[in-house]
Amino acid sequence: MSDNSSSNLYLILAFLSVLVSAHTHAQLITVEPQYQQRYHAILEELRCLVCQNQTLADSSSELATDLRVQVKTMLEDGNSDQEILDFMSARYGDFVLYNPPVKSHTLFLWLGPFILLLFGIIAALVVVNKRSKSEQSLSDEDLRRIQELLDKK
Amino acid sequence: MIRALLPIAFFTILAGFLYVGLYKDPSLVPSPLIGKPIPSFELSVLKDADSSVSEKDFKGQIALINVWATWCVACKQEHAALVHLAEQKNIPIYGLNYKDDRDLAKQWLIDYGDPYVLSAYDPSGRVAIDFGVYGAPETFLIDAEGVIRHKLVGIMTADVWQQQFVPKIVRIQQNP
Repeated sequence: MSDNSSSNLYLILAFLSVLVSAHTHAQLITVEPQYQQRYHAILEELRCLVCQNQTLADSSSELATDLRVQVKTMLEDGNSDQEILDFMSARYGDFVLYNPPVKSHTLFLWLGPFILLLFGIIAALVVVNKRSKSEQSLSDEDLRRIQELLDKK
Repeated sequence: MIRALLPIAFFTILAGFLYVGLYKDPSLVPSPLIGKPIPSFELSVLKDADSSVSEKDFKGQIALINVWATWCVACKQEHAALVHLAEQKNIPIYGLNYKDDRDLAKQWLIDYGDPYVLSAYDPSGRVAIDFGVYGAPETFLIDAEGVIRHKLVGIMTADVWQQQFVPKIVRIQQNP
């Protein structure tokens, strides 16, 4: 019995170890405590160009590590958050910003969802409207028969 | 009639977008540096640690700047094409050796040939960040004033040269 439960424990541990190792760690960079919060906020705003669906904070690619060092250096040199984001987008384009600025070529990106929503609302209104029109109102005769059926119960 | 056509129209538009998307490479990010002068920098020359190179050394004529490294497999693939370009076409190629080891890089050029007028040595990759480099190999086309006119992310081949670079060079020459 005790054998059985300890082997179960091993199984669970083995399973958990897989989960832990599957989570790749981005190389940590030590940042002065007073910059920590801004540092992490900026990294969440920036996309890694090598593995595009990760933020700079998550990515373990070498370029991401270099760019994290760059963010740290710029923070320590007294740059503002906006200056750092501008530095990155000047080199890598608006694509690196998870929150791209509203410009002529990003207008569709910003407005697209609302346009689709508008279409959806219009379609819904049309459908509802049609359906309510096609529903025939009950005649007095129908109502009387319904009442009759209900009364029978 | 419209009722039947509407879903078909919707499907066609969606399919159109998806079809175009099939042939787009999401790893190609348009560079904001095109049309801008190459960033200024100061690095040592790969083959001569004592002498330095700056962006001014890359200016003067239409030229290529190729970002390369010995750890980069695709760089090895394109190397022969670069050697061929340097020999056959009248265009200087400058190298930006990216996050590499100086001795390994020098040996690499001895082993596979050296197409570069010179290579700037950027072991930290800091200058490469200013160039917006996100994956070697990358090749920039610059005009005589040092303005970036085109950027290739990926392998240079004879076809790529003919299709992407030659037309751009002709345009620069006609209209400097």
